[in-house]
Amino acid sequence: MNRALHFARETTLADRIRTWWVILRISLEERLVYRGDFALGTLMRFLPIITQIFLWGAIFQSAIGHDAGSAGAQNPSAVPQTATSQIALGGYRFDDMVAYYLMTMIARAFSSMPGLSSGIASQIRQGEIKRYLIQPVDFIGFLLLQRLAHKVAYYSVALLPFALVFFLCRNYFVDGWPEPGRLIAFVASLMIGFLIGFFLEATIGMIGFWFLEVSSLLFIYMLGSFFLSGHMFPLTLLPDWIEWLVQMLPLKYLAYFPAAVFLGKIPADELPQEMLIQAAWLGFFIILCRFTYAAGIRRYSGFGG
Amino acid sequence: MPIIEVKQLSKTYRVYKKREGLLESVRGLFHRQYRDVPAIRGIDLTVEQGEFVAFLGPNGAGKTTTLKVLSGVIHPSGGDVRVMGYVPWERSNEYRRRFALVMGQKNQLWWDLPAQESYRLHQQIYAIQASEFQRSLAELTDLLGVRDLLGQPVRELSLGERMKMELIAALLHSPDVLFLDEPTIGLDVIAQHRIQQFLRYYQEKRQITILLTSHYMKDIAALCRRVVIIASGQIKYDGSLSGIIDNFSSSKIVTLELAGGEQPTDLETIGQVLDTNWPKARLRVQRTDVPTRLSAALARYRLTDVAVEDPPLEEVIADLFAQVDDRASTAEGLS
Repeated sequence: MNRALHFARETTLADRIRTWWVILRISLEERLVYRGDFALGTLMRFLPIITQIFLWGAIFQSAIGHDAGSAGAQNPSAVPQTATSQIALGGYRFDDMVAYYLMTMIARAFSSMPGLSSGIASQIRQGEIKRYLIQPVDFIGFLLLQRLAHKVAYYSVALLPFALVFFLCRNYFVDGWPEPGRLIAFVASLMIGFLIGFFLEATIGMIGFWFLEVSSLLFIYMLGSFFLSGHMFPLTLLPDWIEWLVQMLPLKYLAYFPAAVFLGKIPADELPQEMLIQAAWLGFFIILCRFTYAAGIRRYSGFGG
Repeated sequence: MPIIEVKQLSKTYRVYKKREGLLESVRGLFHRQYRDVPAIRGIDLTVEQGEFVAFLGPNGAGKTTTLKVLSGVIHPSGGDVRVMGYVPWERSNEYRRRFALVMGQKNQLWWDLPAQESYRLHQQIYAIQASEFQRSLAELTDLLGVRDLLGQPVRELSLGERMKMELIAALLHSPDVLFLDEPTIGLDVIAQHRIQQFLRYYQEKRQITILLTSHYMKDIAALCRRVVIIASGQIKYDGSLSGIIDNFSSSKIVTLELAGGEQPTDLETIGQVLDTNWPKARLRVQRTDVPTRLSAALARYRLTDVAVEDPPLEEVIADLFAQVDDRASTAEGLS
């Protein structure tokens, strides 16, 4: 009788959703313990934007050539708008570049998962993973909800500085707001980007089942992601054959793709197909993550926790 | 039907053999050598519903490994295990809702949040009905005297308070089987005593089945009628606590109280002198020799009092573990 009761309860979706909600709520509470810490962290994140504006100013300046005058070179931010707006690098004008950088910051705020991989690896190393073998709760689902809570907590604090920086930089968005269809595609690409980032980094963390330390592997991933996700510059700036290769990789969905969608750099007729490919990558990483976890648990329990 | 059935259980760990020196370490990256370490070698155990069983054994004897197999954390290398009819390492949710494992050194509560938040999560994970949850929580917090601490972040609690909170977390879903691995480790005497009292009361009232490992004889003496001694991965003894002395102690402690300030120097002829605190002397005598030695002592000295006792349980068990250790190291030396 007892057993039947347990089973019946487990199958109701409402109960499951309530469980997810409680995990989410508690994780959120836990995160808010540290809100002071990440309020400061968020502000620090915006410092590189100043360097970026100067850097791209200098690059466009030299692309224009000598006739822009030496005064501009000394103070790149003072480059006459008329001169720089003529030139485009990889399809991006100077203003687009700054706008692009700002947009990748939003994309990264969704897709980056600080501490996820190393956290999983340390849970494996210290045996805390046992808890998820003993309790009737799904480890990956639990982590995902926890991460969702991290993000919500982060945005609740980061919204204000984000809004301020975007307001100050509003003039770089020369084409204004995208039309509704593109805006929806942008939001969707951010959501999928979040999930790809989650399942990708969770998989890296689960390599900890085989190797005690994943930090060097994580470093390689971070480095690759830094350049190949388009975090630093639009991928269209790369030489053709490298760009072709990088466009095939899933890393671009973590930064480049959402930003390019927002700025209208993806042709409208290619957009649905690109979105489908992004969704397919998400499917791939979900399966990879589940598979790695199952294999890892098999090894863990075989070897002896 | 027994609630726990273990047949010929064995578990061998494969451990990476790290060799010394940098060159060897580099070589180890490509060609790893493993060593098989048997942790459990053929354990048979049957536990009936409502029993409170203690696992006793030196470090590395296989106690924790056995608990890990029973709670489904690890696969055994061989043998058959059923707990309430389930195969633990299949980890079915139905099984997982019916047992709990508490490890004294592991924390399952959220460190930065009050314990009640962790309990809410447990309520959901274990699908405990709201009314049942409130009732259990009130009962457990009252029994352990921690009602006022529910709202305090776990990190601010003392070790003893934290352990009580851990126990509550483990019992909220009213498990039928409870595994306790060193639940009183590192606690002061008062906290230990409180937890013992609680466990005894709760177990008697609910008639749940508990398997406990502990290094404190006091825990075991206070709680368990049945003791299983595990050493070198095998069961060496399975029976009552007092039976250990009958089985493993070959000697008795004889205390003589001498009259008239006598301090004889030939006490060694009666038995091994443990200590003297005149007019008293404590001697160890082989159990079979006690009658003859005692009558010899009575004939030789003027005595005001005589006492014959069993040696302390701790001592018997320590001797037993030492014997097992010696035998194990000799066996390994030969192989």
